[in-house]
Amino acid sequence: MTRPDLLRVEGVTKAYPGVVANSDVSFAIAEGEIHALLGENGAGKSTLVKMIYGLVKPDSGRMTLRGTAYTPAEPRAARASGVAMVFQHFSLFEALNVAENVALGMENPPPMKELASKIRSVSEEYGLPLDPGRMVGDLSAGERQRVEIVRCLLQDPKLLIMDEPTSVLTPQEVEILFRTLRQLSAEGTAILYISHKLEEIRALCDEATILRRGKVVATCTPRDRSAREMAELMIGATLTPPERAGGTKGATALEVVDLSVASPIPFGTSLKNVSFTVAKGEVLGIAGVAGNGQDELLLALSGEVRAAQGAVKIDGKGVGHTGPNDRRALGLVAAPEERLGHAAAPDMSLVENALLSGALRKGLTKNGFIDWAATEAFAAEIVKDFDVRTPGTHVAARALSGGNLQKFVVGRELSQTPTVIVINQPTWGVDAAAAASIRQAILDRAAGGAAVVVISQDLDELLEIADSFAALNEGRLTTPRPVAGLTIDEIGLMMGGAHGMEVAHHGH
Amino acid sequence: MFGGIDPALLIASLMVASVPIILAAIGELVVERAGVLNLGVEGMMIMGAVCGFIVSVQSGSAVLGFVGGALGGAAMALIFGLLTQFMLANQVASGLALTLFGLGLSSLMGQSFVGIRPPSTGAVPLGPLADIPFFGRVLFSHDWVVYASIASVAATWWVLKATRTGLILRAVGESHDAAHALGYKVRRIRMLAILFGGAMAGLGGAYISMVRVPQWTDGITSGAGWIALAIVVFAAWRPWRALIGAYLFGGISVLQLNLQAAGARIPVEYLSMSPYVITILVLVIMSSGKGKAALSAPANLGQNFHASR
Repeated sequence: MTRPDLLRVEGVTKAYPGVVANSDVSFAIAEGEIHALLGENGAGKSTLVKMIYGLVKPDSGRMTLRGTAYTPAEPRAARASGVAMVFQHFSLFEALNVAENVALGMENPPPMKELASKIRSVSEEYGLPLDPGRMVGDLSAGERQRVEIVRCLLQDPKLLIMDEPTSVLTPQEVEILFRTLRQLSAEGTAILYISHKLEEIRALCDEATILRRGKVVATCTPRDRSAREMAELMIGATLTPPERAGGTKGATALEVVDLSVASPIPFGTSLKNVSFTVAKGEVLGIAGVAGNGQDELLLALSGEVRAAQGAVKIDGKGVGHTGPNDRRALGLVAAPEERLGHAAAPDMSLVENALLSGALRKGLTKNGFIDWAATEAFAAEIVKDFDVRTPGTHVAARALSGGNLQKFVVGRELSQTPTVIVINQPTWGVDAAAAASIRQAILDRAAGGAAVVVISQDLDELLEIADSFAALNEGRLTTPRPVAGLTIDEIGLMMGGAHGMEVAHHGH
Repeated sequence: MFGGIDPALLIASLMVASVPIILAAIGELVVERAGVLNLGVEGMMIMGAVCGFIVSVQSGSAVLGFVGGALGGAAMALIFGLLTQFMLANQVASGLALTLFGLGLSSLMGQSFVGIRPPSTGAVPLGPLADIPFFGRVLFSHDWVVYASIASVAATWWVLKATRTGLILRAVGESHDAAHALGYKVRRIRMLAILFGGAMAGLGGAYISMVRVPQWTDGITSGAGWIALAIVVFAAWRPWRALIGAYLFGGISVLQLNLQAAGARIPVEYLSMSPYVITILVLVIMSSGKGKAALSAPANLGQNFHASR
């Protein structure tokens, strides 16, 4: 390749108290190149791009853009130099409309009317149609991402940074995004693509830089490597996929009949006529793009949102009208997605958090008094069984890293000898080794006769552990199907296909 | 027709009575749109009242008095801003403390000013307009602060709706993390909003002590700051609705005073509480409906921002 370098990063180091996020990181991106930045959660990818985007200042090292020194003091300076970024957690304002959101990301936006017509023309040119007048809170995840991309494109970027862009998209939407990115690359825009999805990187990227614990451990051309090779470079060890015992399905443990509830969350999605059954020993995987009713389904199953009595049945007993404690008494445990503030009280210790959900099933209270010795033993047991890395059970939940806290809250629920388990995003933000152990624990409980509902946006995870598969799309659940024999195309269609975006790329 | 109450006089005096609440409510509306909940409106108002009164008496100029009132309110807001934006103190507790502090400090500062008359703030000479029957009395014979208060509502509405400044302000209140990620100075924007809110509350307070009453007594604002706070919420953070709320409150206040004077056969206690009860009731009804109030509230209202992530 003879393309000149656009951005060079040389020996960049950034340390936070107690952790070195980036240590002597160097790599280069050529003009028009799609360059992958690959690594596990916590490998330092996000810190690195934040430095390129001017949100964080490096402690040492230098960056050059087209041969001249590049030291953006703030995102505004980065944007002025032609660097744009699409964020992982969208930097959008739900109560503002599309045009206002775009205007906020620009230095000198034209008047609103002009901007609206520009948004229309640019978004159609790149196959990402958008209505500038719509409220962002009403858009699907895929459409929200388009708002971010269009916001970047309006500024004619030389380098587009994309942080985990596909984690919220259906397979069909991913295809559309990739076509857009290839079109941009052909026009000379370089793309820095951050992901841990290896097959996507093999399909899209020209070069890859692999980070592990803040250091560059390898660079490679993704097309020439297998996904497995790259995974091992990324993790630095070989992975053992979870084993599953040949499950025997028992009697129906959880039955959901025609469940419809209004969403208690602003801009949330109401559940519409959701029906499914899960047998003892079965794992039902529920897929879907974020914001299609996953949170609401968990709330309705755990009892935080109540429905008609017959809508949710545990072992044939109607419990739809009861609260979480009544359902827990019957053996249903639930682990929500949001760890801090929903699954765990951030400022309370692990012991106290263990008590909060375990009191009933583990008998941790007597006559209204807390049995602290038993509670501490329960917390210690979770820490030991689920390999939670913590100085002790007395530390506040907030002090644990995301992955460790996730192991704790999932472990806490699984350790209550449940008969029905409901988990939303069991391995969100958890490193690969911990994710594997959580999945193994879920499979073990299923093998022990529990009925399990796993809601996840990670399709690979669902295909790995689920026996049957369904998808949520705008609050409706598809009919569950056995996982064996499902193709990725069929799954994509179950998730809602491209949400009416198929025609977008015609005419190119 | 209202038992001897002159409607022109009633409307004219309700416009005057509403001025302090309009000013304070518009200031607080801007603050809350930026995502900050400052419950210290009452404290800032009364500090504005005492500072305005002192400055006007000492200088003999009503205009300087209003400037002093605005500065007094802004100084209180500065304390609140430093506490909540830089030291990340809890906004609710800081706001309540600000009110208590303001009530005490104003009483101390005002001790030697009891019983003095401040320089008067005359009506704006609008010439022949003021001679139009009915409308002349109602609309064209007020002092300049009345017109300024209405202009502030219009200006705030226009800035929030149509300008980039307003858009950035709303964005900061909607999601400070996203605004920060885009490179906006969340803390600076919020500080400016807080100072504006303090100055407006101070102006409102100064109007009470210099025009409405006009003299200094302890606790002169008598809960106007709390009403302004309630109006902001029930007006769903919209300037024109806040104006309606303030006029409603002012109107009922004036009406019940007139009824008391006319010797209506309703116990005085009920009449005195009626402005508070009816205003809140009407605004609650206006803002009720399925989750509407929750959706129009700035999403990050009352949450402290720390740029660690």
